Amino acid sequence: MSRRIVDMKPSRRSVLKGAAALAGTAVGTGAVTGFPTIWAQNIKDVTLRQFGTGVSAYNDIAVQVKKDLGFTLELAALDSDAVVQRAVTQPKSYEIVDAEYWMLPKIVPSGNLQPMDTKKIKLFDKIVPIFTKGEMPNGKKVALQGTAPIKVSYLNGKDAKTFSKTPTQWFTLVPTIYNADTLGIRPDLIHEPITQWKQLLDPKYKGKASILNISSIGIMDAAMVCESLGEVKYGDKGNMTKAELDKTLKIMTEAKKAGQFRAFWKTFDESVNLMASGEVVIQSMWSPAVAVVRSKGIPCSYVPLKEGYRAWAGGLGLSRALSGLQLEAAYEYLNWYLSGWTGAFLNRQGYYSAVLETAKQNMTADEWGFWMEGKPAQGDIKDPFGKVMEKAGATRDGGSFETRMGAVACWNAVMDQNKYMVQKWNEFVAA
Amino acid sequence: MIRSQESGVGDQESTRRRPDSRLPISVPWLQALPLAAVVAIFLVIPILTLAVVSFWDYTDYDLIPTFELTNYTDLFGSWVTYATYASTLRFAALTWLFTVVIGFWIAYFLAFHVRSKTGQMACFLVCTIPFLTSNVIRSISWIPVLGRNGLVNSALLGLGAIDKPLEFLLFSDFSTVLSYVHLYVLFMVVPIFNTMMRIDRSIIEAAVDAGATGWQIVRDVVIPLSKPGIAIGSIFVVTLVMGDFSTIRLMSGGQSASVGLLISNQLAYLQYPAAAANAMVLLAVVLCVVAAMMRVVDIRKEL
Repeated sequence: MSRRIVDMKPSRRSVLKGAAALAGTAVGTGAVTGFPTIWAQNIKDVTLRQFGTGVSAYNDIAVQVKKDLGFTLELAALDSDAVVQRAVTQPKSYEIVDAEYWMLPKIVPSGNLQPMDTKKIKLFDKIVPIFTKGEMPNGKKVALQGTAPIKVSYLNGKDAKTFSKTPTQWFTLVPTIYNADTLGIRPDLIHEPITQWKQLLDPKYKGKASILNISSIGIMDAAMVCESLGEVKYGDKGNMTKAELDKTLKIMTEAKKAGQFRAFWKTFDESVNLMASGEVVIQSMWSPAVAVVRSKGIPCSYVPLKEGYRAWAGGLGLSRALSGLQLEAAYEYLNWYLSGWTGAFLNRQGYYSAVLETAKQNMTADEWGFWMEGKPAQGDIKDPFGKVMEKAGATRDGGSFETRMGAVACWNAVMDQNKYMVQKWNEFVAA
Repeated sequence: MIRSQESGVGDQESTRRRPDSRLPISVPWLQALPLAAVVAIFLVIPILTLAVVSFWDYTDYDLIPTFELTNYTDLFGSWVTYATYASTLRFAALTWLFTVVIGFWIAYFLAFHVRSKTGQMACFLVCTIPFLTSNVIRSISWIPVLGRNGLVNSALLGLGAIDKPLEFLLFSDFSTVLSYVHLYVLFMVVPIFNTMMRIDRSIIEAAVDAGATGWQIVRDVVIPLSKPGIAIGSIFVVTLVMGDFSTIRLMSGGQSASVGLLISNQLAYLQYPAAAANAMVLLAVVLCVVAAMMRVVDIRKEL
């Protein structure tokens, strides 16, 4: 629904500056061995069109790309369903897709994604092992329920349309951002501790609860709730059977008919408005949305729950149509993405980024301590745009990176029974 | 949009004039060609494509050209379809009822109570001003008015009329119908006003001379003579509500479904053939509704 297009038209000055900066980078990294001058002159003409969900489409990133790399990045933000739709049906309309991992089982079989060569990703070994090995940096295995990134990270070959269970040289997405989602609440309007998913359906919050209406994500939140209620036992919440889907949505439909939900939301902004206006006091929410509500001076917490988090992750993939200079530029962009500036930029908004070491180098010790280690803030914590998000003394809801990502129970997913799930979800919405 | 009495008379004269018999037979065909081409390219071909695709099969990422009835059997086999059609028809009926009542009286006031032509045009333009902004903006602007902490609730709470906010005001059937009526009432006003302006004032004078009361004039003269306008307005309103998918999502908080929303969801999930089947059925239903209206009022005859 919400669609914004950020078109970076380069000024002459920025192009010149960019070319100069690029020359520096190129010499520094040794990327230009082979065809140095042509590459340096042509790069400024390269335009990469990237589209994806709104969460990581920041104009600032495009500006920084122009500054650091010299070429133009055009960003377009769509809602999740529209991203899948475009990736599958209009492969020529983009060079880079910023997709979420759960979309891959739909996008990869279409053949529109070009497997990327891990040898060309310089910091590949430094990428958080959640994506490369399926474990936390401390070696703890990450939950596999749902479309866990490790299940769809590797492809069988250079032209493959199928996933590999074991690591190969061919990778699907370079991770951009990921996070652990839970319920957001208004602590000023809720006067008890919220510790379990089942409290979303507590009759106390009748007419004041909300859930997100993107079926593939909403169904997972619904499953967390039903499991927490003890009503349904799941084999794999990320790949439910028809019977499990029926039971889950029956419980949700009954709650809906009893007037539990004030509204359903579909976009980031809707969730912020529902919470900020007080229409809703408890709902499924995304971390930066909580931050936005809080930055308006309205109390909002992102509560860690006993049953764990529902996690999601996004990454940048290459279009099949990319080749030649444009492909080289795309690899250059991916390497730049991992080199720290964006990592810090994204971490400062409550997301997690792919390469932690480089992000850390670009953040202050206090910022790193607050966002990543769960330590109390020493001074005011600002977002990348300079707005104060947290006052000194605050700690992050849920604690450190290890605690939060370590408590992931399942990942956003596309199920084998997807068609049936969508049909059931439509029934739930129509009920 | 508004044809005055004079131009109406002109039209009748021009239809009476005989076509020039010396023209070759091909000329009228050629004259009709541009419109026929536009209709064929932008209406007939897309609908035929839709009809063809509605028999295809699909996966998450692919369309499979074949001929099967699954999309239709799925559609007719699910209670969601019936529930959604029932709810869409209910919204259409409620919206129609309110727009026809409100629209009729607005048009009546403009046509018979505002005396000067300039006054009528001025009032009419004032009516259209809110329609210069987009549908979505006009829907969204209701949210701060009707919300739990919105204008209406704060005012009522402040006056002491209620002790806790009225929940039904927003994200409910009430807010959905309210928004529809607000959005579409003009589509009722315009055609009714147009037909009313064409009512021969001497008929009304005759009724007055014959001793009819004001109410009798409205019932026995104005309403029957405004029927074509009411019918045209009704077609506009009903088809607009039947096809809507954005207003209902915003105003019901995503909790009510409409056929349009169902189709838009199917498109979002790449289920194009299912969406096409649904669209064909919706088209058939809307055509039936319009046909039923045309049976009640023969627009061509009365216009």
